[in-house]
Amino acid sequence: MLPCFKPFGLQTTGSLLYRTAVDATVSPPRPRGWHRFANPGQFLRLAARVTPPVAWAGGILTAVGLFWGLFIAPADWQQGNAVRIMYLHVPSAWLASAGYMALAACAVASLVWRHPLADLAAVEIGPVGAAFAALCLVTGSLWGRPTWGTYWVWDARLTSMLVLFFLYLGHIALIRAFDDPQRGYRAASILALIGVVDLPIIHFSVQWWNTLHQGNSISLTSAPKMYIGMLAPLMVSALGFTLLFAALVLARLSAAVMERRTRAVLLAEVRSA
Amino acid sequence: MNALPFIVASYTVAAVVVGWLCVDTLLRLRKARRRLAAAESGRARR
Repeated sequence: MLPCFKPFGLQTTGSLLYRTAVDATVSPPRPRGWHRFANPGQFLRLAARVTPPVAWAGGILTAVGLFWGLFIAPADWQQGNAVRIMYLHVPSAWLASAGYMALAACAVASLVWRHPLADLAAVEIGPVGAAFAALCLVTGSLWGRPTWGTYWVWDARLTSMLVLFFLYLGHIALIRAFDDPQRGYRAASILALIGVVDLPIIHFSVQWWNTLHQGNSISLTSAPKMYIGMLAPLMVSALGFTLLFAALVLARLSAAVMERRTRAVLLAEVRSA
Repeated sequence: MNALPFIVASYTVAAVVVGWLCVDTLLRLRKARRRLAAAESGRARR
């Protein structure tokens, strides 16, 4: 049976079966695997331990990667020094896509298991992912001017990335658009699942269409086409940005859980008064 | 074309965006922690 969770502030968690079990004074089934983290208290304890080291590691690696890319890595024979923008642009593009993938995973967890933390995570991933998608578009534009001679072309890769940014904006607006938050979570989950079709389009756009944007230099299935002196700072920067992204989402999610708890405590006091 | 102004602009935009995200998150986390502590201590006193 799929575990089902009640909203925050209510102490009883579980399905009808669980409540029947409690009534019959039989110990309730404990959520297993990652469902354990549906418990806000458990999540807060874990996040408090994990977030600071992840944030510090992310900050340091990002700084090292960007310094390496700016001052130590060689200039590209074709792009010249404009290639140094890549150490920002590529990680932000990866994270914009990965963030949307996480949003889709939250949508599945929300629709299938009614996982309350998945709903809150979707609320918090949205703005962070949108910021990275915007960063990707702006840095790409600033790289395009000295390299292609134009800030923007309606190329398949650029357009699909712009669509991803709009999907993020739509998700941010939709999840906050209803008086009843549950309806907002459900609508935004459906949007996230529909929008996930944009991710393979972004990835394969440079193969499916004849685009101005260059093809993939790094692939999971083949050796990288980049010089190691450029690949290394890019990887360090990408890892740093990824950890920073994770730390930001964890910290924002912790804040959201605390805000809900505060509301629940205050509401309980008003009701008892 | 000289790429330097574009590199400076890119890194400035990145610093502003990531910096704003970090500051906003830290302030929100601090406020949420303070408000929760106040609400729970208020309940405990009563």
